[in-house]
Amino acid sequence: MLIPVSWLGTHLQLPEDVTAQQLADAFVGLGIEVEGVHPVGPVTGPLVVARVAEIEELTGFKKPIRFCRVEVGPDGQDGAADSRGIVCGATNFREGDLVVAALPGAVLPGDFKIASRKTYGRVSDGMICSARELGLGDEHAGILVLPSGTASPGDDASELLGLDDAVIELSITPDRGYCFSVRGLARELACALDLPYGDPAAIEVPEADGDAYQVRVEDPVGCRRFVMRRVCEVDPTAPTPWWMRRRLMLAGIRSISLAVDVTNYVMLETGQPLHAFDANLVKGPLVVRRAVAGEKLTTLDGVERVLDPDDLVICDDSGPVSLAGTMGGASTEIGSTTTEVLLEAANWEPATVARMVRRHKLPSEAAKRFERAVDPMVAAAAAEMAAQLLVRYGDGRFGRGRTDVGTPPSPAPITMPLALPDRVAGVRYERGATARRLGQIGCRLELFTADDGTAMVTATPPSWRPDLTQPADLVEEVLRLEGYDTIPSTLPSAAAGRGLSETQRRRRAVARVLANTGHVEVLPFPFTGPAVWDAFGLPADDVRRRTVRVLNPLEPEKAELTTTLLPGLLEALQRNVARGQRDVALFHIGQVTLPRAQRLPVPEVGAEGRPSDEELAGLEAALPQQPTHVAVVLAGNRERAGWWGKGRAATWADAVEAARVVAEAAGVELRVVAGDLAPWHPGRCAELRVGDIPVGHAGELHPKVVEALGLPARTCAMELDLDLLPLDGRRPAPRVSPYPPVLLDVALVLDEKVPVAEVAEVIRGGGGELLEDVRLFDVYTGEQLGEGKRSLAFALRFRAADRTLTVEEATAARDAAVAAAAERFGATLRA
Amino acid sequence: MSGANDPYDPKEVAALAPEALRDAVEGARAAFAAAADLDALAAVKPAHLGDRSPLLTARREIGALPPAARSEAGKRVNETRAAIQSAFDERRAALQAERDERVLREEAVDVTLPWDRVPLGARHPISQLADHVADVFVGMGYEVAEGPELETEWFNFDALNFGKDHPARTMQDTFYVGSEDSGLVLRTHTSPVQIRTLLDRELPVYVVCPGRTFRTDELDATHTPVFHQVEGLAVDRGITMGHLKGTLDAFARAMFGEQSRTRLRPSYFPFTEPSAEVDVWFPEKKGGPGWVEWGGCGMVNPNVLRACGVDPEVYSGFAFGMGLERTLQFRNGIPDMRDMVEGDVRFTLPFGTEA
Repeated sequence: MLIPVSWLGTHLQLPEDVTAQQLADAFVGLGIEVEGVHPVGPVTGPLVVARVAEIEELTGFKKPIRFCRVEVGPDGQDGAADSRGIVCGATNFREGDLVVAALPGAVLPGDFKIASRKTYGRVSDGMICSARELGLGDEHAGILVLPSGTASPGDDASELLGLDDAVIELSITPDRGYCFSVRGLARELACALDLPYGDPAAIEVPEADGDAYQVRVEDPVGCRRFVMRRVCEVDPTAPTPWWMRRRLMLAGIRSISLAVDVTNYVMLETGQPLHAFDANLVKGPLVVRRAVAGEKLTTLDGVERVLDPDDLVICDDSGPVSLAGTMGGASTEIGSTTTEVLLEAANWEPATVARMVRRHKLPSEAAKRFERAVDPMVAAAAAEMAAQLLVRYGDGRFGRGRTDVGTPPSPAPITMPLALPDRVAGVRYERGATARRLGQIGCRLELFTADDGTAMVTATPPSWRPDLTQPADLVEEVLRLEGYDTIPSTLPSAAAGRGLSETQRRRRAVARVLANTGHVEVLPFPFTGPAVWDAFGLPADDVRRRTVRVLNPLEPEKAELTTTLLPGLLEALQRNVARGQRDVALFHIGQVTLPRAQRLPVPEVGAEGRPSDEELAGLEAALPQQPTHVAVVLAGNRERAGWWGKGRAATWADAVEAARVVAEAAGVELRVVAGDLAPWHPGRCAELRVGDIPVGHAGELHPKVVEALGLPARTCAMELDLDLLPLDGRRPAPRVSPYPPVLLDVALVLDEKVPVAEVAEVIRGGGGELLEDVRLFDVYTGEQLGEGKRSLAFALRFRAADRTLTVEEATAARDAAVAAAAERFGATLRA
Repeated sequence: MSGANDPYDPKEVAALAPEALRDAVEGARAAFAAAADLDALAAVKPAHLGDRSPLLTARREIGALPPAARSEAGKRVNETRAAIQSAFDERRAALQAERDERVLREEAVDVTLPWDRVPLGARHPISQLADHVADVFVGMGYEVAEGPELETEWFNFDALNFGKDHPARTMQDTFYVGSEDSGLVLRTHTSPVQIRTLLDRELPVYVVCPGRTFRTDELDATHTPVFHQVEGLAVDRGITMGHLKGTLDAFARAMFGEQSRTRLRPSYFPFTEPSAEVDVWFPEKKGGPGWVEWGGCGMVNPNVLRACGVDPEVYSGFAFGMGLERTLQFRNGIPDMRDMVEGDVRFTLPFGTEA
């Protein structure tokens, strides 16, 4: 909201020397954010009111150019008016208009120096100014034309334009609707700076002499009050007075016509949005009601809107003529011939207006105020003020009577201990501070002593503060007016914490081990789309295609919440490769979103108290599962080439290794079995298990996937569900035997299809307690072994807990292990 | 050879003559000195200390001496032997030292050869910052709480005192899922974790909640639709706004150095009352120390406490929230937020593996 300092000053006794910046600082201290302080002007040098005496259209140029003779004073040479020629590119003025001319020697905002100069074949002896050139706002469609009679040619324009002013740009928080007005902002400053304040809405409203117009409110919930005043015989050509135009201009509102300008002006002044109907276009009595489904209304912006049964409308005999509190209708719009004006000052329920704004995407100035609540007591005064202005400047006549329907709710009294603000702030405020501050903001107060001797206050908030509903709201008022800078800095004595949870420590350990083994963490977005699933070669019924969709995605092709971390990681991999990286190892730890097989609706749960356990369970059940996954992608070399020799390309085994270090960091033993899952290579895909539970996959990506996504050849990946790794909380208690080991090697020949992991497991089982460690050290295939056979060489380490093991004992144990492998896989000892 | 009891003149046993013994020592010394390395030294050793060396020959003659002379001759022989041995040891030590030095010299390498066969990876700076913040608060006795990123509107809005049609709800630029009335949203802040915490945990509660959050902002240098927040919540008897200020000051010092502190400006959030914006004094601000907008905070709105079944007459609390991307951006002077989301390893690697 833009607010000129001079306007604030009409309701406040501002000290002479107060600066706009000081006021801005006061606003910040009050909790009203300042977006900027914009000085009007400044202009130095001769700036005068001028009358356009003669316009000569110059031709032969690409755009219209006028050479104007303007009178800039009564006492020129020889008693004639002082006039000079000025070239001007604007066309929005006529001979006889009053304009503002900057004469040679003047300096306009932006260090724009005016000099006499030759242009378009003429000598231009100054410049006719637009509002923007003068620093009066953003209007630059044409030059500034002053209402006739505002001043005389030759008058100093700086004073008339009020160029020593400044505009403060404010951002109002949604709880403070009353601050969308000069009335509310001046009151805030009065509180902060302890200045005398005059309420602009405190004008005399004469007793009503019957209704101004017949109105029936059928929806008293949506329409809390409806006031109408009528002004007759308005001169539709009457201009808006300069002072009002100036204020509107500085507030960023374009001047339209006197009637419209008056409604906008009164809205800015009082916070009460007004709507003006052309009374001659309204057919029959007005009715306020909800719309009927399918009804239509063409609003002032020319858009035909299909109405919703929740929309609140004002209707005449022809149907809806206005969208309540949001935008008026075109059929009853004030026009260039309007002489009979019906002024509406209503009070609409905030939620109703908020829904209409959302539904019709119509964030108007009026709606912005109604959404945040408008003072219901100001409606009659606002209508009266508007009527007075129209009568005065439009040469009109007050219509008879005033319509005033409805009884708006009044704020309920709030009772609290007088010392509550002190207690919340942790401050001992000056005696009487609470009562004084609450009084300042307009509360009616009643002080009393409770039965237990506590000093209490009952505060009835003023009508413009419907946001004050509980003691905490009053506390905030006291604290902010006393200043947040008086709040001390002390530390609470927090309870003894238990540190990070086991899950949290584990997640950190996993991240750390991956980083320490050469992987770089990335944080991709969770948005993906069907193109990725197609590239992955996922079958139509693959569970990963069952996703939650984002209704308003930033990229329409990425409207799904991902069910796997791989799409985001692979995109990051592609980006790195595109930027010239060759050897890339990335990881990501994050939540994925897995819809439940049966989607349950979110139950309606109130927020007035703790929901029941059933309600809470219902809320949880409606949420998709969101387990934390960890995933890795690898491309290029895992070990770099260098002066030591060749590099080593990342392979499926590195992806499995990443899973192994993750499991090790998580304190879990991982089993690897052959897997077959897209997007992995069917022959190079490991399924990762804990016990018999599959927790993820690792390996090389399918060549088709690599091709479809344009990835480096042989890109590898691993993904596992961290939440599936058991947290058993057990601590290891190792026993270390001090006796020497016996080391024996064994080479087994068996079918090459038998997975090594299974052979090792059988050997481990067969070797019994004495077998301490099994380690594969060689894999060999060759003709002498026979077709489809391979030799696996294991190093076995035997040790006893309580004695030095003899070679005979160890050999017996080894033979048992070999026998187990022979029985299970038909393995033979390699000769 | 003389008999044992024969009168004996030692001068006649030439090998035992003092001159001979002196010659033996001199000869050994010369031979050892001439040995150029340990192998050569070993080769000449038997000639001077071995069984057939003149000295050993002389010692065998001692028995031929009359008893009276034996002792003196024995002493002389032993002294000689010790002298030769010590000459040998000296020389050997010298040669060993020479050899060791040579070996080390020969084994010298160019230690500037690069060895980056498997370089370290890195953790994302946002993750590191989140962990750092968690550690700061864990140090103050807080625990770390978490929650789902796809949330019910009840947790994200209703329980946080956002009225159904209040403009504050639309100001959050929410990602909706399914349909607009599905009741589910991508959480717009980490505040729903406050609600989960208050519903789940015993009072008093001191938690910090880092997490990923979502708003429909287009990605540019200062905005990202997916970002991270860290939320703090304390609910206990007698919690004051002074406690909030003190906690924020301590947090600021941990993040930005001992000179840092915070400033509160009144503001509005539905879930706190009173509410404030937090500015932090950042000593290393570009262009000189100054205040930087950091986050929001306030005293937990009693309506929020009630929605969680906490009696606001007995308990009070404070809450605060900061954006981690923004914190990292101004703390580290990162001009473009896109670098934090794109995953270019050249951005992340310099942050290393640990905060």
